[in-house]
Amino acid sequence: MDALAAGSSPVHALCPLAKLFATIIYIVVVVSFGKYDLAGLVPMVLWPVLLFEISGIPVRTCFHKLRFVLPLVLAVGLFNPLFDRAPYLALGGITISGGAVSMVTLMSKGTFCLMASFLLMATTRIDALCAALRRLHVPGIFLTLLLLTYRYVGVMTEEVAIMTDAYKLRAPGQKGVHYTAWGSFLGQLLLRSMDRAEELYAAMRLRGFHDHFHYAEAAPCTAKDAVYLVICIAAFLLLRFVNVAALLGSLLVR
Amino acid sequence: MIAFQNVSFSYEKERPVLQNLSFSIGDGEAVGLIGANGAGKSTVMKVLLGLLPCEGKVLVDGIEVGHGTLYEIRRKLGFVLQNSDHQMFMPTVYEDMIFGPLNYGASRAEAEAHADAALAQLGIPALKHRHNHKLSGGEKRMAAIATILAMQPEAILMDEPTAALDPYNRRLVINIIRSLNQTKLITSHDLDMIRDTCSRVILLSGGTIAADGDAETILRDRALLEANRMELPLSLQ
Repeated sequence: MDALAAGSSPVHALCPLAKLFATIIYIVVVVSFGKYDLAGLVPMVLWPVLLFEISGIPVRTCFHKLRFVLPLVLAVGLFNPLFDRAPYLALGGITISGGAVSMVTLMSKGTFCLMASFLLMATTRIDALCAALRRLHVPGIFLTLLLLTYRYVGVMTEEVAIMTDAYKLRAPGQKGVHYTAWGSFLGQLLLRSMDRAEELYAAMRLRGFHDHFHYAEAAPCTAKDAVYLVICIAAFLLLRFVNVAALLGSLLVR
Repeated sequence: MIAFQNVSFSYEKERPVLQNLSFSIGDGEAVGLIGANGAGKSTVMKVLLGLLPCEGKVLVDGIEVGHGTLYEIRRKLGFVLQNSDHQMFMPTVYEDMIFGPLNYGASRAEAEAHADAALAQLGIPALKHRHNHKLSGGEKRMAAIATILAMQPEAILMDEPTAALDPYNRRLVINIIRSLNQTKLITSHDLDMIRDTCSRVILLSGGTIAADGDAETILRDRALLEANRMELPLSLQ
């Protein structure tokens, strides 16, 4: 993520505060769609897709990096078709229940929000983001916690990779870690991560760290950033209150 | 510069790690701290840096190591950890290098100047904007040393600085250590490196000092080294 965030596209160059506001507003707008309003929701995907294109970050990178989280998001609403069986629409000869539509809507909302959040993280350095949050008067202790968590997630995933490699080398032919080893694997992972986290924290304290990070000086927001934010808000409102899909459909059918 | 006065430490009461340890290190001295596994080398470092509490007194520049003086003590002492991965936690080398100076009140411009000077001193300016996780083992070690030099410490402590390095990078690190003018305290099992970089050696055994004196004399004493589960440096065999 750090390497992605170090890019130099026009999206990367935007003020972190503007990107943060745009992302928050996007998420609020996406969440505000009704559970059966799939047609209205779908055009909202255009915003992240467009920004992925401009920032030069392939969309597949997003899905690859989020492959462990996406199933959780997709699991939301999985049982809707069982509880809401009332027919909602008919496509050709097939009747689709309200539960099926609401399930797809919920899944889409989750996926769009994840894409937007990923885009923000992939085009904004974490300390720049924290600096932006600091300007919004978010408490410093919360930001320190955020930064430390961000750093320690990397530490933990490195330990997982090392342990998984060591396991595979002595367990040929197995796919993943056998469930009988999950307990000890997780226990060891926790102990090793704690040891390493303690070492890291000691290294930080030895270099004068006192529960406060010195964030990069965030570039001030310019007119360009304001224009970006205004365009984003206008586009979101347009997509929220005008059913673009239905409008296009009616034009084509006519 | 550094003084240990009757220092004792134990993790468990019945198994002391350091026992009544007393020694001092003068300004500009280069001292090698050697000993078998479990002799107490790393504990000496941790006690000196205030990472472990101890009985007795530890002084740095006349200031006693204690809860209220840690900020000042750690400004004077730069510690290069054995595992560079445990030391470098920011995304890039540059950010890691300015981390310490910023914490000690330097402006961003001053911190950057310190970082540039350290990179130039080590001959690694090309690493400045590299991502930490993409560095090789040798580059990482050099960068870790650079992060400490950027703090402009008065003394440098190193824990196994040549561990896991190939011969080329090991020689590079040795040359760098030799070029540093600060007071140096280096723990290592690499006795050839200690012989190359230190004029004085303290040999620890079971938490006490088994020998303290001229590096060449101690490192040539086969009987002394073997009695303390060590061997002559390869260059003297």
